[in-house]
Amino acid sequence: MLKILKYSFYDLLRSRWSYVYFIFYLFLGFVLLFLNNDMNKAVITLMNIIIVLTPLIGTIFGVMYYYNSKEFTELLLAQPIKRSKIFIGQYLGISLSLTLSLVLGLGIPFMIYGLSKSTAIFDFSLLILVGSFLNFIFVALAYNIALSTENKIKGFGYAILLWLFLAVIYDGLFMISLITFNEYPLDKFSLFATMFNPIDLSRILILLKLDISVLLGYTGAVFKDFFGTKTGSFLSFLVLCLWVILPLARMKMKLRKKDF
Amino acid sequence: MIEIKNLHKKFGKLTVLDGLDLTINPEGSEGGIFAILGPNGSGKTTLIKCLLGMVIPNKGTISIAKKSVLKKWDYRNNLNYLPQIANFPANLSVIELINMVKNLRPKEAHEQNLIDLFGLQEFLNKKLGNLSGGTKQKVNLVLTFMFDSDLIILDEPTTGLDPIALIHLKELIVKEKEKGKTILITTHIMSFVDEMADEIVFLLDGKIYFKGSVAKLKQQTNQPNLEHAIANLISK
Amino acid sequence: MTSEVTKQKTEYLDSTKQGWRILYGFLLLFLFSTNFHAQTKTINVCASCKTKTIKDAVSFAKDGDTILVKKGLYKETQIFVKKSIHLIGEDYPVIDAENKTDSVFAISANNFSISGFKFINIGMSYTKEIAAIFVSHSKNFTLKNNLLNNVFYGFIIQSSKYGLIQNNKVTGNAIDETSSGNGVHVWKCKNLRIEQNTITGMRDGIYLEFVNKSFISNNTSKNNIRYGLHFMFSHYNEYHHNEFKTNGAGVAVMFSKFIKMHHNTFHYNWGTAAYGLLLKEINDAEIYENIFEQNTTGINIDGCNRINYKNNHFIRNGWALKFTGGCYTNVFEFNNFMHNAFDLSYNSRLNDNKFEANYWSEYTGYDLDKNGIGDVPFRPVKLFSYVVNKTPETLVLLRSLFVDIINFSEKVSPVFTPDNLMDNKPLMKPINPLE
Repeated sequence: MLKILKYSFYDLLRSRWSYVYFIFYLFLGFVLLFLNNDMNKAVITLMNIIIVLTPLIGTIFGVMYYYNSKEFTELLLAQPIKRSKIFIGQYLGISLSLTLSLVLGLGIPFMIYGLSKSTAIFDFSLLILVGSFLNFIFVALAYNIALSTENKIKGFGYAILLWLFLAVIYDGLFMISLITFNEYPLDKFSLFATMFNPIDLSRILILLKLDISVLLGYTGAVFKDFFGTKTGSFLSFLVLCLWVILPLARMKMKLRKKDF
Repeated sequence: MIEIKNLHKKFGKLTVLDGLDLTINPEGSEGGIFAILGPNGSGKTTLIKCLLGMVIPNKGTISIAKKSVLKKWDYRNNLNYLPQIANFPANLSVIELINMVKNLRPKEAHEQNLIDLFGLQEFLNKKLGNLSGGTKQKVNLVLTFMFDSDLIILDEPTTGLDPIALIHLKELIVKEKEKGKTILITTHIMSFVDEMADEIVFLLDGKIYFKGSVAKLKQQTNQPNLEHAIANLISK
Repeated sequence: MTSEVTKQKTEYLDSTKQGWRILYGFLLLFLFSTNFHAQTKTINVCASCKTKTIKDAVSFAKDGDTILVKKGLYKETQIFVKKSIHLIGEDYPVIDAENKTDSVFAISANNFSISGFKFINIGMSYTKEIAAIFVSHSKNFTLKNNLLNNVFYGFIIQSSKYGLIQNNKVTGNAIDETSSGNGVHVWKCKNLRIEQNTITGMRDGIYLEFVNKSFISNNTSKNNIRYGLHFMFSHYNEYHHNEFKTNGAGVAVMFSKFIKMHHNTFHYNWGTAAYGLLLKEINDAEIYENIFEQNTTGINIDGCNRINYKNNHFIRNGWALKFTGGCYTNVFEFNNFMHNAFDLSYNSRLNDNKFEANYWSEYTGYDLDKNGIGDVPFRPVKLFSYVVNKTPETLVLLRSLFVDIINFSEKVSPVFTPDNLMDNKPLMKPINPLE
C-alpha cells in the first residue's frame, strides 16, 4: 500500500493539476494578504474559500484521477497486490498531495507576512487542519462515486452534484426546515443536522474559534454546552474522522464485489 | 494447470459467461500457446479478467495449479499479464514505471535484455505521456515478460507494433513456450493465431464452442483458411 | 456711545476688584488653615505602639489629625468615623474583618481620607450591605491606593458629594448574583471621581444609582459576574478610558440622560445576555472613540434617542449593533465596522436613524471618483440577521455559502429589511485604524 501511495503521490506531484492547485492557493494567499494586510480578515475570507473550494477541488480531483488512471489501475490489479491496498494507496496519494498543495500554497504567503508572530496563527492552523480533513473526506467520497459509476461523465456529474448538495442545497433545506418548525425546540436537531454534512461540520469547527462570541449569543442550553465547552470541538473532530472512515469502509465493501 | 468449472457472470441483465467449463494444460502436460478467440462480446476479456481476479464471477470455480484463486491475490505473483490498452501514468518516466512494477513484485526481473531487444534504451527517461502508442506497447511488453512466471496472459499483444517488434514478440513467445510456460493470447489477427497457437479456444455466448488445434478446426469446418474457419464457426 | 464705553470700563474695574477680593479671601483661608495645621497631630498605630488599634486611634483623634497605621494585622470592624481625619496605611497594613457581617469603616464626615490599607475577608450577608469602606452623608473625601481582597462590597458611597476614589484594587470571589456585592457601589451622590481602579470578581464592578455629574475614568473592570459598570437613573456623567473585559453581561447604562462615553474598551463579553454595552432608555448621549471587540453584542440599543455615535470601532463582534425597542434620531457616523458576524440587527422595518460615512469591512462597492467614499450605498442589515431574529437556531448556518447567497439576493432587492436603512456614503478606508 505504501508503495502505491508513494507512486500515486509522485505521479500527482508531477502533474500539472497539482501545480495549478498549489499556485492557485499561493496566489490567493498573497492577494488576500496584499489587499487586506490584515491577517484576521484574511483568515475569515480564507475560511469562506476553504470550506467551499477544498471540497469542490477534492471531489473533482478524486473523480478525475480515478477515471484517468483506470488502465493503470488495471495494470496494478493484475499484479500480486491486494485490491483494497491499491485503492487506499491511491486515495492517500491524492489526499496527501492535495493537502500538501493547500499547506504550502497558503502557508508560504502567510509565513512571509509574519504569521508566526501574529496571534492569527492558531486560527490559521485550524483552518489548514480543517481544509486537510475536507480533502481527505471529499476525495474518499469522490472515490466512492467513481467506483460506483462506470460512466465518466456521469461520475463527474454525480461528484459535482454531491458537492453542490453539501455546499449549498443541504443548508437551504436545513434552514427551511428550521424556519418551518420554528415552534419546536430545534437546537438538538440543528446540531444533529450539522453533523451530517462535513462542510457544515468544518464550518462550525472554525466558527468555534473565530466567532465564538456570536455562537454564545444563542439561548439554548444544548448549544451552550456544545459551543461553550470543549465538547463541541472534540465531538466535531470525532465526527470529521468518522466522515473519513465511513466512506473508506464503504469503498472496501464495494471493492469486494467490483468488476474491472 | 488452469481449471475452470461452471463459470457464470452477468453484467446487469447481460449474461456474458454462462456455465463455462475449461481445462487448460492439465497436470503433467507441456506448456503451450492457447489462442482465445470469439466474436465481440463473446466473453473473452471477461474470462481473462476472471482469471486475473479483476472480475468476480457470480458462480463457478477457477483454480490454477490446483488451488482456487477466487478472492486471492498472491497467485498473481506467478502470472504475467499484458493489458489491452497500455495507458500508464503520464507523469512517470519509462524507467520509473519499470522500477515501480519491479518494486511491486517480490520476484526477480530481467528487464535489460528486453529493453535492448525493443530498443527502448533511449526512451528510458522520457515521460510515458509523451510516448507513441507503439512505444507504449513495447514498454507494456517489457513489463510483462521481465518476470519469470508459469502463466502468461496476453490481451491483443500485437497492437501498434512495427514488423520488427512483432518478430521479436513472436520469438519471445516461442521462447517462453519452450521453457514450458502456458500462454493465453486473445487477438483478432488470424495470421498471428495461425502461426503461433497450439490450440484454439473458441468462445460463443459465454460457453466454449470449440477447443482444439488449428488443424482440427480447419478439418472440422472444412475450410483451408483459419479466418474462414472462424467465420464459419460463428455463422453456424 | 461714550457713556457705553465708560460703562464697560467700570464693569471691568468692578470685576478686577472682585478678583482681588477673592484672592484676599484665599490668602486668609491659607493663613488660617496653616495656623490650624500647626495644632494637628499624627497618631501612630502598631502592635508595639502606644495606640494598638485603629478604633482607639480614631477615638483619640481630632479634626485634621492623621492616623498612621504601621504594617501589621488588625482584626477590626465597626470603626465609626465622624471626624475630618486622614487614615494612612504604611506598607499596606492588613485589616481582617474575619467575615463578620459588619463594615470595617463606617464614615460620615467631611474632609477625610483613607489610603494605603489592605482589607480582607469582608463578610457576606443577604440582608445587610457590608463594605470595606462605607461612606454616607459625607463630602470632600479621598479613598485611594487601597487593596481589597475577598470582599462582599468594596466601597459603598451614599448621599455624598465631592469624593475621589482612586487607584484601588478590588477583588471578590463572586459566584452568583444574590450572594455577591459590587466593587464600588454608589447611591444618590454627585460630583464624584472614580478613577484608575481595578475591580474583578464582584457582582457589578462599579454600580451607580442616582449619581450625577461624576467622572469615571481609567478603571479596569473585568471578570465580574454581572456588569463591569452599571448606571441607573444617573445623569450628566462622563466615563472614559475605562476597560471592561469578560464581564458576565458587559456594561449597562440605563434610564440616564446626557451621558458621555468615550475612549473606553469593551471586550470579550460573551453570552446570551452579554453586551459590550447595553443602553436602555438613554437620551442625548455622546458615544465616541470607544472600542467594542469580540463581544456577543457590541451595543444593544433599547429605546434610546438622540445619541451620537462617532469614531467607534466595532471589531469582530457577533452583532455590532442590535436595536430592540423604538430608537429615534440616533446618528452613526465615522465608525469602523470590522468583521462582525452581523453589523446590524434591526427589529422593525422602519428606520429613523442615520448611518452615514462609516467604514464597513463588508462593503464591496467601488470608488470611481477616488474621493474616498464608495459610489454605491451599503446596506448593513442582512437578510440572515432577520432570519436569525425569527429562528435563532439558524445561527449554526452562519458564514455558509447558502447564507451568502440569500444575503446577496436580499442586497439586490430588499424585501425583509428596511429599504431606507443604508449608508449612502460608505467610506473606502477605516477611520484611524487601530494598531
